[in-house]
Amino acid sequence: MINKVHISLKRRGAPYGVKLTESKLTAASPIERAPLPEKVIIALHQNIGAPCKPLVKRGDKVLAGQKIGDSEKFVSVPVHATVSGEISSTTTLVHPATGQLVEALVLTSDGMDKWVDFEARDDIDMLSVEEILRRIREAGIVGLGGAAFPTHVKLSPPKDKKIDTVILNGCECEPYITSDHKVMLEYGKEVLSGLNIIRKVLSPDNVYIAIEDNKEDAIEHMRELLASMGLDGNYEMITLRSKYPMGAEKTLIKSILGREVPIGGLPLDVGVVVHNVSTAKAIHDAVFEGRPFVERVITITGAVEHPKNLLVRLGTPLRDLIQNCGGMDGEADEIILGGPMMGISQFDLDFPVIKGTNCVLVKKNVPINERDCISCGRCLEACPMHLMPTILVRYVKAGRYDACKEAYIDDCFECGACAYTCPANIPIVQYIKVAKSELIKRAAKK
Amino acid sequence: MMGEKRILISPGPHLWSGLSVSKIMYLVALALIFPSAAGVYFFGYHALSVIATSIATAVLTEYIAKRLRKRPFIMDWSAVVTGLLLALILPPMTPLWMVVIGSAFSIGIVKEAFGGLGHNIFNPALAGRAFMAACFPAEMTTWVLPMGFAADAVTCATPLNEGFVGPIDKLSLYRMLFMGNVGGSIGETSALLILVGGLLLLALGIINWRNPVAYIGTVALLTFALGQDFIFHILAGGLMLGAFFMATDYVTSPITNKGRIIFCVGAGILTVIIRLFGGMPEGVCFSILFMNAITPLIDRYVKVRPYGLKKAGEK
Ligand code: SF4
Ligand code: SF4
Repeated sequence: MINKVHISLKRRGAPYGVKLTESKLTAASPIERAPLPEKVIIALHQNIGAPCKPLVKRGDKVLAGQKIGDSEKFVSVPVHATVSGEISSTTTLVHPATGQLVEALVLTSDGMDKWVDFEARDDIDMLSVEEILRRIREAGIVGLGGAAFPTHVKLSPPKDKKIDTVILNGCECEPYITSDHKVMLEYGKEVLSGLNIIRKVLSPDNVYIAIEDNKEDAIEHMRELLASMGLDGNYEMITLRSKYPMGAEKTLIKSILGREVPIGGLPLDVGVVVHNVSTAKAIHDAVFEGRPFVERVITITGAVEHPKNLLVRLGTPLRDLIQNCGGMDGEADEIILGGPMMGISQFDLDFPVIKGTNCVLVKKNVPINERDCISCGRCLEACPMHLMPTILVRYVKAGRYDACKEAYIDDCFECGACAYTCPANIPIVQYIKVAKSELIKRAAKK
Repeated sequence: MMGEKRILISPGPHLWSGLSVSKIMYLVALALIFPSAAGVYFFGYHALSVIATSIATAVLTEYIAKRLRKRPFIMDWSAVVTGLLLALILPPMTPLWMVVIGSAFSIGIVKEAFGGLGHNIFNPALAGRAFMAACFPAEMTTWVLPMGFAADAVTCATPLNEGFVGPIDKLSLYRMLFMGNVGGSIGETSALLILVGGLLLLALGIINWRNPVAYIGTVALLTFALGQDFIFHILAGGLMLGAFFMATDYVTSPITNKGRIIFCVGAGILTVIIRLFGGMPEGVCFSILFMNAITPLIDRYVKVRPYGLKKAGEK
């Protein structure tokens, strides 16, 4: 059954969130391939789940695409060499998202860029679901929208959960970032082919492709491709109003389907799985070409001379990328991994790109000037999870962490909409993080 | 090269709307220029002196209070707003020394003694006004005819007082109230210019439409149900100013939308009760102050339903 409608939800949903200035400096820049790095640093733990054990040791010669770390655990993915060369040393990194120390391998390139042989397949209809999932895991794919959750796990819902809807997420609602946008425009075929594989694995009733209305060209392009590729199944294009955080899984599901994921639950509890467009492309590459996930598109933007969308080998140090874009502007003194809302400041220019990195934003640091809350209620209206951020801050300041828990602090996914809109400039997310880590510590003690 | 550069880190998000407390207060002050202009136009020089005295005293008091409390003084316009609001709800001929006392009370006691902006329970301007009504009952109920910049003041009754003689024809009465050439407080008489300022704040997203709609709506419905002239009740007295500029005060009204509606409906009911059955002709000031007092209670019990929390009855 082929049924390709285009519905527009510009008006619907989202009585929360904030309207942000887009600042998509690189919206018109085509993807450029970054030069081969001289050295890459491959962290052995880049995603949610178990860390990898190294499969190589110092002095070993490796090929690009060769697996160099893996784990026995189900919730884990392997890591691969992203250039050919020699393992020159090991080091430790502070993981930007978790703050934990992780082991990393330093790989010095031999400049030859020799690859392992890929195990290509063009008869994917013959592949079993297990084989598809195996290929996805072997390629080391994780969710590329930021969460970095192993993709094969997300594609293996428990037997008792029926998945009726798959949403392909092309919202990219954070300012500055254009990597997903560019992937849709330049690798649209691969994205849809990846989506088709997802559909094959989960066999949902409906597949939605959700894009914000600030990316007209991508919407148009995907629509044309849908028509020309002759994919079977129900695919629907959905245009969403651009508002932050539209692209967060839970808010996306609410906007499109009107369903709410229960507190503490996952999208699959309401029969939905959401995948990011870049992830879909990586799935295509893995399943059809047998190509491991070793490079991705990253937006280098903000206060650099030439903002760019770069196709980058994972493990490339930030220094190389920023230099490639003409260096930091004079005033700039802060580097953010990710977008301006959920990204994390990074002080070390030798820090490498990891799988979840979609953006490197260079900017001038702006000091926070915190004042007392004036109870304006803006943070409440901004919060996509309908929490009461100012009340949470009040509890945190009073050390009442249990009250925070009762006020559903765990539901906060740190989108930053509340702090963005707060006239008193209260670093609300910072307070929330303090309470969360304190609660984790307490739970561990029990 | 780049390694030598000092790289800073900061907590996210790394974007801020830029709409600061100071900017908000500045915009409120700006919107209040409209009713202030009406006051000066109708009541002349003395009204202007009352406004200037009240603002100057408010800012000075805030400065002194901050010095005493050893806190940094930030010129954030909030004292200007308080001083201005107080002046607008005073009778035009209020002696200036009384204005000084009232304004100093508003800032020094109602605001700073409670911990400053964000910690005060009562709306400083309204509490200052109530304090003055208690201290100077005669002066606080002396009204004059709007004579512009004419030399002599002629006392009169306000539309809400008994003994007010207005045009017999209803339409002319409404027009008079709407434009503002009637006796009353400096900034309360011209519904038109209050509306201009109020709509400006609504358009800028500074105030929430729920507050004025719920407040004015309640007064209208209730007076209508009680067989009163509801248009008169909307336009007369301090309702418009109260609904747009006092009941919308962030600090002293509830934080949730539901709470705000409860607050304003409550204030509306109280206003009507005081106007029709109470011993005072006007009830806006006291009804908002009363609702200020129970705002912490409202905020305690009225919560938002978090995303994903099952509604009662759902499985
Ligand atoms: S409380 Fe958490 S989820 Fe809500 S707006 Fe703030 S950061 Fe986002
Ligand atoms: S946005 Fe800021 S000032 Fe307003 S209620 Fe929330 S915490 Fe308070």
